[in-house]
Amino acid sequence: MSKTAFRLNVNGQDYEVLVEPRKLLSDVIRDDIGLTGTHVGCEHGVCGACTVLIEGKPQRSCLVFAIQARGQSIRTIEDVADENGDYSTLQQMLHEEHGLQCGFCTPGIVLTMEAFLKSNPDPSEEEIREALSGNLCRCTGYQNIVKAVQKTILRGHEEDKEIASL
Amino acid sequence: MGNYIGKVVKRVEDPRFIQGKGRYIANLNLPGMSYAAIKRSPHAHANIKSINVEKARNMEGVIAVMTGKDLAESGLGTLPCGFTPPDIKLPPYPALAIDKIRYMGHGVAVVVAESRYLAQDALDLIEVNYEVLDAVVDAKKAREEGAPQVHEETPNNTSFYWPIGDKEAVEKAISEADHVVDLNLINQRLVPNAMEPRAVVAQWDDFSGEMTVWTTTQNPHVIRVLMSAFTLFIPENKLRVISPDVGGGFGSKIFHYPEEIIIPWLSKALNRSVKWVSLRSESFVTDAHGRDHVTNCKLALKSDGTFTGLYVSIHANMGGYLSLFAPMVPSALCLTLLNGIYTIPAIYGETYGVMTHTVPVDAYRGAGRPEASYMVERLINIAAQELNMDPLEIRRKNLIQPDAFPFQTQVALVYDSGNYPGLLDKAEEVSGYQAMRAAQKQARGEGKLVGIGVSTCIEACGVAPSKAVISLGAGVGLWESGSIRVHPTGMISVFTGNHSHGQGHETTFAQVVADELGVPIENIEVIHGDTGRSSMGLGTYGSRSNVGMAALSKTAEKIREKVIKIAAHQLEASVEDMVYDQEKGEIHVKGSPDKKKAFGEIAFACLTAHELPDGMEPGLEETSFYDPENFVFPNSAHICLVEIDRNTGEVEIKKYTAIDDVGKVINPMIVEGQIQGGIAQGVGQALWEHGAYDDQGQLLAGSMMDYAMPKAGKLVDYQVDRTETPSPHNPLGVKGVGEMGTIASTVSMANAVMDALSPLGIKHLDMPLTAEKIWNAIQNSGS
Repeated sequence: MSKTAFRLNVNGQDYEVLVEPRKLLSDVIRDDIGLTGTHVGCEHGVCGACTVLIEGKPQRSCLVFAIQARGQSIRTIEDVADENGDYSTLQQMLHEEHGLQCGFCTPGIVLTMEAFLKSNPDPSEEEIREALSGNLCRCTGYQNIVKAVQKTILRGHEEDKEIASL
Repeated sequence: MGNYIGKVVKRVEDPRFIQGKGRYIANLNLPGMSYAAIKRSPHAHANIKSINVEKARNMEGVIAVMTGKDLAESGLGTLPCGFTPPDIKLPPYPALAIDKIRYMGHGVAVVVAESRYLAQDALDLIEVNYEVLDAVVDAKKAREEGAPQVHEETPNNTSFYWPIGDKEAVEKAISEADHVVDLNLINQRLVPNAMEPRAVVAQWDDFSGEMTVWTTTQNPHVIRVLMSAFTLFIPENKLRVISPDVGGGFGSKIFHYPEEIIIPWLSKALNRSVKWVSLRSESFVTDAHGRDHVTNCKLALKSDGTFTGLYVSIHANMGGYLSLFAPMVPSALCLTLLNGIYTIPAIYGETYGVMTHTVPVDAYRGAGRPEASYMVERLINIAAQELNMDPLEIRRKNLIQPDAFPFQTQVALVYDSGNYPGLLDKAEEVSGYQAMRAAQKQARGEGKLVGIGVSTCIEACGVAPSKAVISLGAGVGLWESGSIRVHPTGMISVFTGNHSHGQGHETTFAQVVADELGVPIENIEVIHGDTGRSSMGLGTYGSRSNVGMAALSKTAEKIREKVIKIAAHQLEASVEDMVYDQEKGEIHVKGSPDKKKAFGEIAFACLTAHELPDGMEPGLEETSFYDPENFVFPNSAHICLVEIDRNTGEVEIKKYTAIDDVGKVINPMIVEGQIQGGIAQGVGQALWEHGAYDDQGQLLAGSMMDYAMPKAGKLVDYQVDRTETPSPHNPLGVKGVGEMGTIASTVSMANAVMDALSPLGIKHLDMPLTAEKIWNAIQNSGS
């Protein structure tokens, strides 16, 4: 199958890729761009491990052809910690609350929840669990992931208070 | 003792995982890599009339295509079975089917191509002509006359028969009993579904004759032995097996799989690096499944609820071939746990290992022990109901008492320690059991279907004393080694043959060594998963990593002894007068705390080596081998509350309390995490998961769209607490935690649902207790 050249913007950087139009975004991110933090767990859009943000929205990169994401901005797990390597609050809370075990589902969960908390900054536990239901984790039983998200929200409130008191 | 054991230490593994920097095999790319894909049978039972691979072979980008026949003729071995009870009939298991298909998903040909996409394309060009035959998928039906036969070697599709206990005594107990509960049940087939699909990369080095295999395994050393002795025939010293970060196992990554030998074999034949990563659709039909027992069991009681006898007969579905440890699961790992935490004067159990046209079945989280607990705890609950007793009280009445240890069961094992009344008391208290019962009474009065599930469980883990497991049928002893290398700067490398695939060994093993030697945990790195680095170990499964921890504890003792000798020499004191302060990592003279040496000073002295006692070897590095004297026996009591929607049959979990006794706890955070995850898996079996087949061996639940995995929205916050009864024989007092949550939760959830349905006169439903099944049962109950 013939290859097509196009540009992908991943984590703020432009990449020229030359791939078959049928190649999945997950495969291009992993194999051609070399960012292997996007994990492929099921290749049929159920497990959520391959979740990336496309224009800020969580998407299954295994259900998108890379060429469909041409010209759009894509964000992967490698871009969540800042340039100094400091974790996002959610990443930090996942660490503190033991919200991961084998780590395979973790990148997808981080991206799904980062986007979720942007769209719903103060969710109930039920809403968190509902939002998390598109990401499968076989290790944790989800409890500590939920807790990490709740702690992330609390931390956000504390920071808001600090800012307000300045 | 110490600064770390028993405390929450955040995991040292986390930083790489939360940033997506885990080192999973699918991420590995080597120069000159080629990619394999496997053509798999869509039929469960068929003769292969012909295979035409010419078109695939001629496709551009294809490097090689090989069939099962090609591989066998080139000398590739068959997959071994490592547990062989007497008189077992053991049909050979070829990596790729040669002339007959015995389960849907078995490979028939392998393609190696320049890319993964091309390899997949080439599969479509392979033409296989099948003669499709009738299949049998049910273990009980497979032993009936006229059933399709899976192997010539296993008449009546029966591979083995494994009895234990005193049949006569049990029959007598049943005939003399005031009350007998007789229950037929199915412990349904499960698909493990670790989130990371299996993967293999092999790199043959033509110059050195060395093979390196990266494989998603829980036990790289075991795999190396098997590759060397049975399948690849590459000498062990030329074979390195690496299992880096592995994304969950739950048992499914213990076994020696076809791809694990096909890929290295091709790498050698083609002199190229070869990579294979399972698709999820392949995982469903190639990862060994779990459970799948058809069982009859009977509990005999006195009218006051005292247990007098237990009878169990299991038809265990082994699938199309015997996977590595498959025969051990429904026999030695299941029937020996029938005693539960109770005094049962007479027990008999028997298992038929049955071949069917399904994916091979092997150990899955709990492995035999959840099946044992499910039988015992369902029987007890029905007995309580029929005798009009409280399920907690009937259990309490029959508990083994704390002064009865060591306790010899009726089924071979000797329990090491336990405080079962304390466990049950705590579960009652923490769950608010009595208040729940009162609330249930009221809710029932309002017509609500509210149920409370009680279960206890016992697990034999820390597998295991080598003599014991080999006498039961295992092909290897199950000891562990542990090495500690103290570098001249005082930094420490710890090597273990156990393997972490989510459990956090890099943290907990470091906690143990840090406390044993009195050094900061930051100075320790735990290395596992590489036969080229660690000495022999048997891997991680059966909640056995406490064996590796124990080995390290003994190794640390050797290090301390040497350190003390050097310190005594340097301080001009006698060895007997030295005190090793394990909190500070200092060695001082008794009564003179200022006359001291720091651990780091001694480590450096082992490099300079000029101030060592006469005759002492330089260097500071030790290894121990530890073969446990007994299993360890963690135990638990779980209590949960559910409500069933009468209109839909849907189960809502309202509350879940788990009290586990896993002996001495190294890291409470990790222990709780293991229990929480285990509960979710057990609840998954109770309510949703089912590896369902149709009559012709088609897997109906062959994708994550069809197989219902537990999701966050359906689960709740679990209340996890514990009692702590150390093991008297494990050097650290630890027992094991990986499987506990699953074993207890499966049946506590099932008992809760059945308790909710009991006012409708429904005695038993088989798992999974789906809304549809419950709704139908409610309709048929006539209420």
